[in-house]
Amino acid sequence: MTDARQAIESEIKSNDVVLFMKGTPQFPMCGFSGQVVQILGYLGVPYKGVNVLDDESIRQGIKEYSSWPTIPQLYVKGEFVGGCDITREMFQAGELQQLFVDNGIAVKQTA
Amino acid sequence: MPMDAREIETMIKAALPDAVVEIKDLAGDGDHYAATVTSGAFKGKSRVQQHQMVYAALQGRMGGVLHALALTTLASET
Repeated sequence: MTDARQAIESEIKSNDVVLFMKGTPQFPMCGFSGQVVQILGYLGVPYKGVNVLDDESIRQGIKEYSSWPTIPQLYVKGEFVGGCDITREMFQAGELQQLFVDNGIAVKQTA
Repeated sequence: MPMDAREIETMIKAALPDAVVEIKDLAGDGDHYAATVTSGAFKGKSRVQQHQMVYAALQGRMGGVLHALALTTLASET
């Protein structure tokens, strides 16, 4: 297994919520990553931000790992949830909040 | 070389013949679009699977020449 894949799997397995993104939660470097950061911030969900711009092998590896061509990518309890569009759609439908609650992850606001 | 809206629509329809495709050019630079795709093929599929079907139709351009495609997919009743 490649280093990138190992690094990805260890992040996903050791954190309940992981957001592979461009930039950091404090400084998102892409509008789409920033949208997901805002949603997670609004819900007050603790998560691990992984800046794919720091490591090209992670940036490509994550796309192969989930067979999803773009960044950001949200993972909850090891499961790929979606990119920016899907996360936003789920948030607007209340499904994202439900997903967190179902996985025992505290959510501050239920929108 | 960015893509134009017609090319995106043609590729999606080639893979999803019954698809109704609406495309908005978000930035006028040929690589930031919003698209709504409605197809019977999405029925029973999760959102992730539906989006992956559209990305597959775009044959690897997504995330490459096509930097951003804000995608909404709807399963039609047909």
